[in-house]
Amino acid sequence: METPESSLTTHPFFQGMTPRHLSMVGECASRVNFQAGQFLFREQEEAAQFYLINHGQVAVEVFRARRGPITLQTLGEGKALGWFWFDKPYHWHYDARALQLTRATALDVKALMYKCEQDYELGYALMKRYAQMLAVQFRVVAMQIADMYG
Amino acid sequence: MRQAPAYLGDEVVIEPQALQQLLEILHRQGYQLLGPTLRQGSLAYGPLSSIADFPQGWGDAQEGGVFRLRKLKDPVFFGYGVGQQSWKQFLYPPRHRLWQARREGNGFQVLPQEEDAAKFAFIGVHACDLEAMAVQDKVFLEGPFIDSLYRERRERAFILAVNCGHPCGTGFCASMGSGPRATRGFDLALTEILQGPRHYLVAALGTERGRQLIEQIPHQKAQPEELEAAARLLAQTARQMGRTLDTREIKALLYRNYENPRWDQVAARCLNCGNCTLVCPTCFCHTIEDTTDLTGTEAERWRRWDVCYTVDFTYLHGGGIRNTIRSRYRQWLTHKLATWIDQFGVSGCVGCGRCITWCPVAIDITEEVRAIRESELAAPPAAKEEGNGDA
Amino acid sequence: MPNPPAEPMLPRPYRVLKVGRETGDTFTLTLAAAAGGAGFSFAPGQFNMLYAFGVGEAPISISGDPERPENLVHTVRAVGAVTRAICGLKKGEVLGVRGPYGAAWPVAAAAGQDVLVIAGGLGLAPLRPAVYHLLAHRPDYGNLELIYGARTPEDLLYRKELEGWRGRFDFRVHVTVDAARGEWRGNVGVVPNLISRARFDAANTLALICGPGVMMRFTVQELLGHGLKMENIYVSMERNMKCGLGLCGHCQLGPFFVCKDGPVFRYDLLKDWFLTREV
Repeated sequence: METPESSLTTHPFFQGMTPRHLSMVGECASRVNFQAGQFLFREQEEAAQFYLINHGQVAVEVFRARRGPITLQTLGEGKALGWFWFDKPYHWHYDARALQLTRATALDVKALMYKCEQDYELGYALMKRYAQMLAVQFRVVAMQIADMYG
Repeated sequence: MRQAPAYLGDEVVIEPQALQQLLEILHRQGYQLLGPTLRQGSLAYGPLSSIADFPQGWGDAQEGGVFRLRKLKDPVFFGYGVGQQSWKQFLYPPRHRLWQARREGNGFQVLPQEEDAAKFAFIGVHACDLEAMAVQDKVFLEGPFIDSLYRERRERAFILAVNCGHPCGTGFCASMGSGPRATRGFDLALTEILQGPRHYLVAALGTERGRQLIEQIPHQKAQPEELEAAARLLAQTARQMGRTLDTREIKALLYRNYENPRWDQVAARCLNCGNCTLVCPTCFCHTIEDTTDLTGTEAERWRRWDVCYTVDFTYLHGGGIRNTIRSRYRQWLTHKLATWIDQFGVSGCVGCGRCITWCPVAIDITEEVRAIRESELAAPPAAKEEGNGDA
Repeated sequence: MPNPPAEPMLPRPYRVLKVGRETGDTFTLTLAAAAGGAGFSFAPGQFNMLYAFGVGEAPISISGDPERPENLVHTVRAVGAVTRAICGLKKGEVLGVRGPYGAAWPVAAAAGQDVLVIAGGLGLAPLRPAVYHLLAHRPDYGNLELIYGARTPEDLLYRKELEGWRGRFDFRVHVTVDAARGEWRGNVGVVPNLISRARFDAANTLALICGPGVMMRFTVQELLGHGLKMENIYVSMERNMKCGLGLCGHCQLGPFFVCKDGPVFRYDLLKDWFLTREV
């Protein structure tokens, strides 16, 4: 039976992280499952978790009144979900819905940030990975916008 | 029989035969008589010419999705509940032409409309339907814009109400405070009593118009024991109603339960047929249809009853707002019992039970509310669902 | 607020004086009463039901100057049978008008405050009368800013007018598009992102917002993040309307009838319904 910490070791986001740091992150982790169709989070809800997807597929959606949910992106095994907990007012701006049975590790963001404030090395290790994820994210979104007018 | 003068607020007693005279007087006064008749195995409000048109000796058995007529032992005139249609079909007709217009040059001319001359006498109005008229008065007469057709017909209509001596299977007027006794808005209100060999009607006088009518037919001042018999009968009816609806803080209850999983459950059953809106005596949604003839020179505008369950009811370019059965059923129920209160100061529901009887899958508005209330006892709504709720 | 005359379901004939094309599918019609008369009185944010003979009616915001009532101006996007018929009218032809209906932008109440006018796409059409009013009474207001975004430069409304407004020294105009080809030298990005460029005293600012639902949602969040109070934010909603009188039931949004309680709503009063889906 995988512990939350052991699932972090195998997740690409944490590749290269020291065991000591992984253990600290592990203290904020819990395993979560979502059925197909279930929401991980909804727009307006407080952004309290950072999700690492271990298995399954999640759609990031924005709900439009007449057209219903529009999928902006889908994320599968090995991806990370949740980047709004850095941005006021610290709540989700989109919905995330499991498209199939999805297993993830959820990190409590408040606890995680507290640890980062206490240990800047941990903080840097996380932020480095996080920044890279955002850079890739921006590149992907920019391509999506440009393609609309192709 | 002594002709005692009748006063407003008084109650008098009349014999059943006097009903015939009553109808004749109203007819002579130019009223179009409308009342309960048997039609195609059901109960319908239609034209009356004499008391022989009443379904005397008939009652009904109503349950979720079921309406049956049944023969009674007693030769009572008003032994049944409400049929499929209410009186709104007369005051607020299902189809009504608003105007005609003709092209002229680059423009058009709107043609004047004929005056509506309809003068109705509604015979046998149950208390719930009377209350429904009061509710529709708020919609059509008390907003910034008034429906003039409704106003004219409503003002002219003579109302002879009937208090229910037989509990109906799906009604819950007692819960909604709208029956079984009619308390206001009538010209006359009758309670039919059959005690052994004695068959009489206690008539309450509601207006000057009603009093004048009673003056012209044989009547007696009601005796205390006759009034008691009526009161007992109505109390018994109230106790035996087929349904109840707990209306305590119902607006707040529904307002905080828009994401309750119960909506998914009822949506799985609801056929979106809209029967409930068509039989409901307070539903008022309508659409406006602009038509033209084949040459494009004559145009008409019609008003037609509409149903909030249709897929295009909320259609805007690009799509509708309520795209699921779940959201449309939720709209109907929350409008009827909650948002209506904010809009008009009263509930939209009068507990007539028609929506329960005439739903093909027997969805029961009282059961839906009960389920939502009970779901809160199981799990208080304060905690917002995080990652658990599916909508 | 001006009220329409009696016989509320009867359209009054208005003649088309001018039809101008704004974008590929959007046109601005200038109208005058066929019967002549004093002009069409309305408050910014109100709408009319416009009738194309034999085709039908559509609710269209009034986009003209409330202080120039001699002409009635409507900007219409051709998306259905009725709006296509209206946009297809030629000079001299007649359509029917019922109105004005609805609640208006609180331009008078905004006196003494900074005002942010934030529009997306066609949403600038119902806001233009408010802008006219604010500019006509400029000394009554503090900072005045317009933030306007559309999908592409070709989708921007009132291009010449926008350029004229930008030339003023007492009115800041920020325009953006979601994406653009090479010639566009303006901003590219979404409307909420431009809010941080505007100058306003959050405690003393009124925001008037109109645009697609998603745009309004994110704009409100951004404004709240900048410290605006919910009771100082106004949004304009749209719903299917058949009568415009609060009688047909089609335009309901929770307990509100958008045709008479709106289309302009104060955000704090609307918030719970605004954030509930499929109501």
